[in-house]
Amino acid sequence: MSNYLDRLEAEAIHVLRETAGQFERPALLFSGGKDSICLVHLALKAFRPGKFPFPLVHIDTGHNFPEAIQFRDRLAEQLGEQLIVRHVEDTLKRRGIPDAKGKFPSRNPLQTHTLLETIEEFRFDACIGGARRDEEKARAKERFFSVRDEFGQWDPKLQRPELWNIYNGKIHPGENVRVFPISNWTELDVWNYILRENIELPSIYFTHERTCVLTEHEQLMATNVFISLDEHDTIVNRLVRYRTVGDMTCTAAVESKANSVEDIIEELKNTTVSERGATRMDDRISEAAMEDRKKGGYF
Amino acid sequence: MELLRFFTAGNVDDGKSTLIGRLLLDSGSISTDIIETVTRQSKVTGENTTIDLALLTDGLRAEREQGITIDVAYKYFSTDRRKFIIADTPGHAQYTRNMFTGASTADLAIILVDARNGITEQTRRHTIISAVLGIPHIVVCINKMDLVNYSEACYEAIKADFSKVTAALDLNQVTFIPTAALSGENVVHSSKQMPWHTGKSLLSFLENVSVQPAQLHDKARFQVQYVIRPQTEKLHDYRGYAGTLWSGKLQVGDEVQVLPGAFFTRIQTIEHNLKMTESADAGQPVVMQLEDDIDISRGAWIVPGSELPEVSDTVQGTICWMDNTPFRTGAMKLLLQQGSLNTKASIKEISYKIDIETFEKSPSDDALKLNELASVCIRTAEPLVVDSYKENRNTGAFILINEYTNQTVAAGVLERNLQA
Repeated sequence: MSNYLDRLEAEAIHVLRETAGQFERPALLFSGGKDSICLVHLALKAFRPGKFPFPLVHIDTGHNFPEAIQFRDRLAEQLGEQLIVRHVEDTLKRRGIPDAKGKFPSRNPLQTHTLLETIEEFRFDACIGGARRDEEKARAKERFFSVRDEFGQWDPKLQRPELWNIYNGKIHPGENVRVFPISNWTELDVWNYILRENIELPSIYFTHERTCVLTEHEQLMATNVFISLDEHDTIVNRLVRYRTVGDMTCTAAVESKANSVEDIIEELKNTTVSERGATRMDDRISEAAMEDRKKGGYF
Repeated sequence: MELLRFFTAGNVDDGKSTLIGRLLLDSGSISTDIIETVTRQSKVTGENTTIDLALLTDGLRAEREQGITIDVAYKYFSTDRRKFIIADTPGHAQYTRNMFTGASTADLAIILVDARNGITEQTRRHTIISAVLGIPHIVVCINKMDLVNYSEACYEAIKADFSKVTAALDLNQVTFIPTAALSGENVVHSSKQMPWHTGKSLLSFLENVSVQPAQLHDKARFQVQYVIRPQTEKLHDYRGYAGTLWSGKLQVGDEVQVLPGAFFTRIQTIEHNLKMTESADAGQPVVMQLEDDIDISRGAWIVPGSELPEVSDTVQGTICWMDNTPFRTGAMKLLLQQGSLNTKASIKEISYKIDIETFEKSPSDDALKLNELASVCIRTAEPLVVDSYKENRNTGAFILINEYTNQTVAAGVLERNLQA
């Protein structure tokens, strides 16, 4: 078996089955984005004709694209799998945490509170996520089985050695493991896999016309009720698509006429900007922004 | 397209991160926004206008601050011919365990030698680790050739020295390439400065080297990871054994034995890719149903009924101790994990230690410290399928876990069955 997609797929399925075999209460963190949709597809291959040995869990910031939320609900229903949704809004109200402020009020860092609460509520001992090592340099260091302490923290300097096809998921009560089955996939691998497997995606990944505000970094942010516009803003109508599906408040669109998965692959082969660089406002804060968020319990 | 996984070993001083940075940069795999970030971070002065290529790979704040690699970083790039996964591993002795992690899944090792210094303790250590882990291909990059005036004599002398190091080792294919990573000579493009080198550039070699596993035996080895039991009306009695076929081939109708337990039965169905299929090949994740209703749980092996593997609870293996707390014979409760099998285990005897820089054997003092290599006798509560690691990298490997701390404390390779 030498085809690279077959090898990546086999590795991911192996990791999913190890998670099911080693943990009592795993969960699959589902965002409605392409990476977690691929995880669901891989879970079908890993566990059918049985049911998934875990629920799909979505931490809803309240700032999601409606297309992604509709897609999420429809997918869970079609598959007949359990979907658990927990809202950042509820956490903020209940705990009196101030909401995100500013022109583009990103609840991205605030998700961590809700995620940790949800882990506690259901006593999840393993959370499967679609993060990839090619996304960001702190992620490039993370293991497939990433152990978090009882506060959800990641200690990058004290990671367990992880060898061969052997995954040590032993933990103490209160600890949990974040599992990243597609760690070794790149953005282009994900798209090639979507093409090969004919996987359905939310419509916002493909070209559509959208009214956007042009930010100071020349990024295109869709106008929506969560961001505050003023008379200095440049409002434009463009043909755009999304490279990642995050919050409407912190995910930028890219100009694109790509109408099919083939078009997107062609576009990505010719692009010179990284996925997070093109679309995420939150990683621009500092060189170690992701490392710091992960240490604090982020996905 | 094929996939090649390789790891690089060496110190920052040898130009390891620079070499990787060069591979990524010259193959067009770095996005402009990342180049901008790195350029900003590089202390670009009027005299020095090159960007610090090492910043492309060192990901943690502490690594950037100290200018060293602490943990493995994985990097990805592809050319028209192949896709590559790089495990960039630390060269320092104190991070040997992280090097093991990065090397364990590699098809190929790149060992860097500074042309000015020749073979060092570090070169020997990395070569020995590559030998212990049975890496199929080794590429020795004799780097910083620009600092020895691209001297062929210097290159040849280092080559001869390296062959002395490897004489005692059971190494697979070794290839030498003279490089100057900073300027890119022989990394992606062939060097004009070294016309005497008639071999390929590094990237060209990586694109063409065979990725077929060198010594994997062809006997079927399937390990159960998870039992699928839908318990629906339609699939009331369905019991599917989910796992990966690590080597060999299995077909519907084959007589198989289930281990441990020594039950013989036949394969009733094989499912791959959500479809029924007639056979499974090495590397494929599949679901199998068996003709007889046998109690089989996670960690069990399904092997050909005609050619039984050795099964034993007493084995000899080589381990690398990876925990800060030293091991003392009899003082620590251990678990051994072989794939999906987890069983209580104890190290009965440290037969001898292996010097990680000279490969010399020395008598044991009944203790193992961090990063030490030793040949040990292990007893397990449940019997293991004993494939020597040399014959099967997928089934001949194991880890040891401290039962109290849950930490992975050792990585090991199986050598032989000690049970008569």
